[in-house]
Amino acid sequence: MVELEGTKLSEKEIETLPGVIYYKPFTRYKFTAGYAVSVFLEGLKRGKIVGSICRRCGRVYVPPRSYCEYCLKPTDEFIELPDRGEISTAVISYISAKRGRLEKPEFVGVIRLETPGYREGSYEFAGLFHKICGITEEDVKTGKAIGMKVKARWRPPEERAGSILDIECFEPIGGGED
Amino acid sequence: MRTNIHVKDRVAVVGAGLTLFRRRMLETPQELAAAAARMALDEAGLTLEDIDCVVTGTAPDAFDGVHFNGEYLGDGSGAVGKSMVRVYVGGGTGVMIPVAAWWHVASGKCRTVLAVGEEKMSPALPHPQYVFAYIWDPILERPLEPNLIWIFAMEMRRYMAKCGGKKEDIALVSVKNKRNALDHPAAQVAGNITVEDVLNSETLVWPVNRLDISPVSDGAAAMVLASEREARRITDNPVYVEGIGWTLDNTHWYNRDLYYPRYVEYAARMAYKMAGIEKPIKEIDVAEPYDPFDYKELHHLEGLQLAPRCGAWKLLKDGFYDRDGELPSSPSGGLLGVGNPIAAAGVMKTIEIYWQLAGKAGARQVKKEVYRGVAQAWGDLMQVGTVIVLGR
Ligand SMILES: [Zn+2]
Repeated sequence: MVELEGTKLSEKEIETLPGVIYYKPFTRYKFTAGYAVSVFLEGLKRGKIVGSICRRCGRVYVPPRSYCEYCLKPTDEFIELPDRGEISTAVISYISAKRGRLEKPEFVGVIRLETPGYREGSYEFAGLFHKICGITEEDVKTGKAIGMKVKARWRPPEERAGSILDIECFEPIGGGED
Repeated sequence: MRTNIHVKDRVAVVGAGLTLFRRRMLETPQELAAAAARMALDEAGLTLEDIDCVVTGTAPDAFDGVHFNGEYLGDGSGAVGKSMVRVYVGGGTGVMIPVAAWWHVASGKCRTVLAVGEEKMSPALPHPQYVFAYIWDPILERPLEPNLIWIFAMEMRRYMAKCGGKKEDIALVSVKNKRNALDHPAAQVAGNITVEDVLNSETLVWPVNRLDISPVSDGAAAMVLASEREARRITDNPVYVEGIGWTLDNTHWYNRDLYYPRYVEYAARMAYKMAGIEKPIKEIDVAEPYDPFDYKELHHLEGLQLAPRCGAWKLLKDGFYDRDGELPSSPSGGLLGVGNPIAAAGVMKTIEIYWQLAGKAGARQVKKEVYRGVAQAWGDLMQVGTVIVLGR
C-alpha cells in the first residue's frame, strides 16, 4: 500500500509537545424565540399546543412558522391542536448530553401530533421532539412503542415558564407504568 | 432545474491525494491540507503553477477552533494568489467540494482546480462531541439537553420500525466496511470484526452501539479537476464528472418521517438526470454512500435509488454490496473503517470512485468492470444531500 503522510499522536504524547495551548473561548448568547415560536411558548404556558396553518397549501406547522416553508408567504393563522398524537420513533439514552453514563436511562423520541385534516402516514407532519415517559425499554426494543398513542403530561400551571419544558414528557394514553 | 446544461468544458478528475486518517495528529490543518494537495498534484503530474483555482471545505469552524477556517486553510491548500472559495454544508461538505470544483471548470472560468477537504477534530475538549451541542435549536431543542447520538438513534429506530431490519442486519455494514478498510492506506479503524462485536460494544443510545459509529478523526483529502483539454494532456483515459446534485431539506427534522432521506433522493435524481442514467441500480457499477453510522449507508443506498425502498438491508445480507458483489458499496472501507475527518471523508469517498474507475484502487479494486460510480454525503439535521457521478 502507498505510504501516506501524517503523524499519529497519543493523548499523552500531545502533552510533551512544545507549544500546546489550552484555550477556552468566552462566548455567551441571548436568543429570542422569534414571532411564531413566542406564540407557541405562550400557548404552552396555557397548556395548549399552538400551530400555524398556510391556507394556500394547507400545511399545518408545529412548531408554528410565521412563514410557509413552501410558499414563503406569511402563514394565515395560529390554530390549537390536540395535545396528543403517536410515537413516530423512540430511543433509550444511556448517556447524558455530555456523554456521561446515566444512572437511569432516559426515553426520547418524535411525537407525530394528531392534526385535523392530515392524512395518516404523511411524510411531513406537525410534531415535536420530546421526552417520553411511562414506556419501558422492552416497548422500545420490541417496537411496541412505535405508533403508541401518547398525550402531553403538563407541568402544573404555576410551574410553567413558557418553555418547551412546560411539557414534562409525552406518556401513553390510558396510563402506563412509570 | 435545467439538466441539459450548456458547459464550456467537460470536467475530469486527474489526481487525488490523502493523508493518514487518525484520532490525533501532530500536523496543523494547513499541514494536513498541504500533504494531501501535494499528493494529488503529484498523481496528476502537475505543479501548483498549473492550478488556476482552489476550492476548500471544512465542517464547523468550532472543531479546528479557528473562525474563517476556509481562509485559514487557504495557504496550505495552495490558494495564495488564486481564486479560492470555501463551501460548507455540514457533513455534506466533502462531496460538495468536488461538486463546486466541477462548476469552476465547467463554466470555463478555471482550467484546473485543486479541491481540498480537511478536518482536525481532535483539538476540541473534552470531546469533539461537545461541539455538536451547538447544532440544536436553542429554544426548542437545547432545553432537553440532547446528545448528538439521540438524533441518529431516532432515525435508525424509525428505519428499523418501518423497514423491518434488525440491529444484527444493520451491523453487517460496520463489519463489511471495517473489513474493506484493511486495504486502505489511510485507514484508522480497519479490522475483521463480527456482528457480535458490534452488538456487544457499549450501547450508547439504543439502538446505537459504539461500533455502529465511525470514529473521530484528523485528516485531509484532495483532488485535481481539469477541463477535458487539460485532462487529455495528462492521461489517455480520463475519468469524467458526469453528474452532480445537491439538495437541502428543512431544519425541523422532527416534522419529517425519518425512515427515508428524501433530500438524498432529490440530489441523486438531479445527478442521474444530468448523467443520462435512468436505472441507477443497473447503471451504477460502484457506490460510496456516506456511512458515519452503519444504518446510514443503507438509508443512503435507498435514497440513491441503489436499493428498493426499505430493501437495502436485505440486499446487504445477500452480499450484493460486497466488494465482489453486484454493486460494491463503500469498497474504500468508508467512514466506519477509514475514518471520519468530516469534510475530508466525503472527498475520500469521491476519490475512491475515481480510483476505482481509473483502475488504481489496488487491493481494493472491485471484481467487476466498472464504468460508472457514485459518491454521496449527507449533512446537518438530516437535511443535506450531495451527490457526484463519475464515469469513464
Ligand atoms: Zn404554503
